[in-house]
Amino acid sequence: MEITVQEFKHCDMITVKGRVDSATAPQLAQALEAANEGGKYKLVINMSDLEYMSSAGFRALLAAQRNSKRYNRGEVVLSSVPDRIREALELAGFTELFKTFDEPLTAVGHF
Amino acid sequence: MKNVQFAAKFEFLDEIRDFVGIIAREGGFGDKEVYNIQLATDEAASNIIEHAYEGVSDGVLELSCGVQGDVIRIVLIDHGEPFDPSEIPMPDLKADLSERKIGGLGIFLMRKLMDEVHYDSQPENNSNFLTMIKRKR
Repeated sequence: MEITVQEFKHCDMITVKGRVDSATAPQLAQALEAANEGGKYKLVINMSDLEYMSSAGFRALLAAQRNSKRYNRGEVVLSSVPDRIREALELAGFTELFKTFDEPLTAVGHF
Repeated sequence: MKNVQFAAKFEFLDEIRDFVGIIAREGGFGDKEVYNIQLATDEAASNIIEHAYEGVSDGVLELSCGVQGDVIRIVLIDHGEPFDPSEIPMPDLKADLSERKIGGLGIFLMRKLMDEVHYDSQPENNSNFLTMIKRKR
């Protein structure tokens, strides 16, 4: 798994590549926490090169969404979610908790 | 059935997914089914590592997997604390963000993604068996 952070005027885009499972999810959780701790609560998670995500990754996303939405200070949105991952997120009832966008720049434009 | 043993550590989840993925693909399962079989196996293995082997650094996870006809069967065997997934309450998927529980999700996915999930604990052998079955669509 590889994480890169790109700053935009109104939000940060966090691009997650590769595979997120119980071994790598703590790294994702840490990146999301670091953004929040840096005062960044408007976050786009770009999943265009994400191959795999287990519930360990879902949990990291949920924690970040909770923390970001607190006091209405922001929101986590998802972009370019691959089919298999979207299906698993749907099954887990997560698609209701996150706005999703087809293109990263549309997601950025949401903020 | 092919058998393999892994040290019960998260770092081997990649290889665990590969092991079942190759057998499922060779057995004629499609891309979507292979992904879901890998996800269910990952969730099962993650639970064993996290709960059955909680605080244990040298646990062993045995995996058996095979396709017969239209059915893939995956058996995960551990020698840790019995951990019956069916005793874990289902998460409330309608709960809103603040009430959404963080646990139980992996077990929920396992049950949703596979056709059957069975658990059998044999304390006399110090072994727990988690069997998952999926049929081709």
